[in-house]
Amino acid sequence: MMTRNLLLAISMISLAAAASAQGLDPALLTKPATDSWPTYSGDYSGRRFSSLTQINQTNIKDLGLAWVSHLPAGPGPTGPFARTGPGNPPTIVGGEIDEPVPVRGAGRISGAVLQVNGILYVSVPDNAWAVDARDGSILWHYFWKTKGGTHIGNRGMGMYRDWLYFETPDDYLVSLDAKTGKERWHKVISDFNEQYFSTIAPIVIGNHLLVGTADDLDAPGFLQSFDPETGDLQWKWYSEPEKMGDPGSETWPNFDSMRHGGAGVWVPGSYDANLHLYYFGTANPTPAFSGATREGDNLYTSCIVALNVDTGKLAWAFQPSPHDTHDWDAAQTPVIVDGEFKGKPRKLLLDASRNGYFFVLDRVTGEHLLTVPFADTLNWAKGIDKAGRPFRDPEKDATPGGSLVSPDSDGIVNWEPPTYDPQTGLFYVATGEVYSEYYRTEPNVRALQGLNGIQEQRLATMGNYITAIDYKTGKIAWRHLQPSVGEGSNHGLTTTAGKLLFSGDSNNNLVAYDPATGKPLWHTHIGHVSNAVETYMLDGKQYILAASGDTLYAFALNF
Amino acid sequence: MSRVKLLFSAFLGLGTVALVAAQSTAPATPTEAGANQATPQTPAGSPPPPPQAPPAVRVVRPSAYPVRPPADPAAVARGKQIFSANCSFCHGSDARGGEQGPNLIRSELVLNDKDGELIANVVQNGRLDKGMPKFDLPTADIATIAAFIHSMPVGGRAETTGTVNPLVGDAQAGQAYFNGAGKCNTCHSVSGDLAGIGSRFTDVRALQGVMLSGAVRGESLENPRKTVTVTLRDGQTFEGRLYQIDDFIVSLTDAEGNYHSYVRHGDYPKVVVKDPLQPHMDMLRTLKDDDIHNLTAYLVTIQ
Repeated sequence: MMTRNLLLAISMISLAAAASAQGLDPALLTKPATDSWPTYSGDYSGRRFSSLTQINQTNIKDLGLAWVSHLPAGPGPTGPFARTGPGNPPTIVGGEIDEPVPVRGAGRISGAVLQVNGILYVSVPDNAWAVDARDGSILWHYFWKTKGGTHIGNRGMGMYRDWLYFETPDDYLVSLDAKTGKERWHKVISDFNEQYFSTIAPIVIGNHLLVGTADDLDAPGFLQSFDPETGDLQWKWYSEPEKMGDPGSETWPNFDSMRHGGAGVWVPGSYDANLHLYYFGTANPTPAFSGATREGDNLYTSCIVALNVDTGKLAWAFQPSPHDTHDWDAAQTPVIVDGEFKGKPRKLLLDASRNGYFFVLDRVTGEHLLTVPFADTLNWAKGIDKAGRPFRDPEKDATPGGSLVSPDSDGIVNWEPPTYDPQTGLFYVATGEVYSEYYRTEPNVRALQGLNGIQEQRLATMGNYITAIDYKTGKIAWRHLQPSVGEGSNHGLTTTAGKLLFSGDSNNNLVAYDPATGKPLWHTHIGHVSNAVETYMLDGKQYILAASGDTLYAFALNF
Repeated sequence: MSRVKLLFSAFLGLGTVALVAAQSTAPATPTEAGANQATPQTPAGSPPPPPQAPPAVRVVRPSAYPVRPPADPAAVARGKQIFSANCSFCHGSDARGGEQGPNLIRSELVLNDKDGELIANVVQNGRLDKGMPKFDLPTADIATIAAFIHSMPVGGRAETTGTVNPLVGDAQAGQAYFNGAGKCNTCHSVSGDLAGIGSRFTDVRALQGVMLSGAVRGESLENPRKTVTVTLRDGQTFEGRLYQIDDFIVSLTDAEGNYHSYVRHGDYPKVVVKDPLQPHMDMLRTLKDDDIHNLTAYLVTIQ
């Protein structure tokens, strides 16, 4: 036992040395990596497609467990049997208050895990870890003593050279030394008293660190760019115009409603290094379930937005849900594809939105090319307008007697990322089709705030599917129903050149499907898969990494 | 008093509790009102519950954000008077904004104010560039204004402050739909399985939810609603209540309580799942809101 621990300690030291020798050069982020997973989607395209082929349709039957690692959140080992040592290091504690406010359900891994130089960097709300990618040992653990705030999730960390960045629910941006887990600095990124909460994975682009924040109490959403070395603010883009007269302000009745229109930025976007444009979706307008105090389209809420990453200026915006009244933000991952559309090569952006419509846009200009529903339960839109936007049927707003609407407020899709496979030319998304009855329970529109004023009864799930869409036509190539006894669940997806599509299913399996047909090829029953699968090559071995709750599972071929 | 009125009065009772909660000086606590929770029934003719009655139907979640300590009710009352006289003309009597002034409840400055120290600065100096004049009010009075504004519920899931009647349909039209176009009477009877359904629910929305989903009360892991027939390659057949199913396994509990599970390989074994609620689920694709409201109004009358 002693010998084993000693060996482990030595290997930890040599690993740390390897990491310090290289860090993460931000220039490398523009090249799709196969030996690392250095940013939220693996690369900037949002495709979640890996060119790795070691694990493929022929040998997937031999895919087996490499290691399991349980990551307990909280202030660290306590109690009479607690001990620390290699693989179980003491917790580094940060924060501005003495005792953290108790929170519930905050230990679930539901975002990206970074893998750089053989080290995994994992986060959940208020917690961050470095883990040996070869065996799952914990190298360090950082815990942030929270003041509170909405602990709905943490979507991962960003990395620049030897430094890591993650957000806390009480609105701090924390920078850690990747080698030691020690804090470099932390700074306030939004106002806790206005009930902001922060979950997004920071994205590093060149010398920009892009950081979003969200709010369920009407405060405006925004994206900030910080200097990754100093933490100094470079620019700040608000989801709503900053004054009347600015472009977009004509879509609001007055300044007060516009500047309390919500639209947080809570899911990382994609980036085109040639155009210098960063693409992401904004959240729903607020008050969320009634438009009575915010007549108009409410730009730039529920929008796909293109910002110049150097200046933070808006290049273009497209609004999947104009004047949304069902909490359907457009905060899904936009996917960048260079491909043919109507016989012409184009720079495209593909987006499956929470409202159940799939969009193809020209990502240079924002020109709309295609709008199609990708679920067959949708009943909230009266049609598609000239700009390609579905427009709502006001009768499907929440009413005192109830409105029967699909999707439910969680949407046909939520934050879980889709994938695009250039080998099949298909876009894949996991969908959940639910009917809800939406009731307006607040008679006084003046009392509406955030998400209040309604009740929602979820009536039935019609099915959870993996849906494959041919972006050139908008036609559904195939849909695979994930059978389940009760309510299903949505999942993030990843495809590989080994002709595999990875997803969780509704009955706690991690599954590999044939991306051409949707036929299941391999599975293992590890519990609800709570993030999207990642893959990378290490020591000549391709790994598949998945999370279920507070536990990481790594798979590889046994040879 | 008809049953309809009784139901509505029960609902009013609930609304009264919520209204009282909203007007009290207690700090706002985000709560979640479950639509399927039964509301306490108010006997016909009885007075509404006293203001102290605990809102038993509410599931109170601890706030994710710090709540303000309750203020002295006398200070809140005085602050309200001073606000009415000086501020409500522009900001509205409820401080939620007017033609001239913004909503103060969710204002960045107000949310960062503790006891009037930030508000006093604005009140005493004005915001002349935005059209707000100076007010010559003593700091102590402004502290009571702050107490009044801070006493109002703030939160993205803040409690509903009034009463809405969810019973908006026409019972006669609902009856016609039940026996006609809706074809409800092909499976259901108001003197049979639905006898007294209107008396089983005090919350109209809960009744409506059950009507639409057809949800079987008491459904659970031990008592699942779906059944399954599994036919093996050799022709053996097993039937029972479906316990779990995915692309790789199907399992059931048979009539004797024995558990059986089968690995699925492609088309074998053959699996046929029956969901007694499938007709209700299929209905959701075409049902119209008016028909739903009318049906609900009709079922409420079934005593």
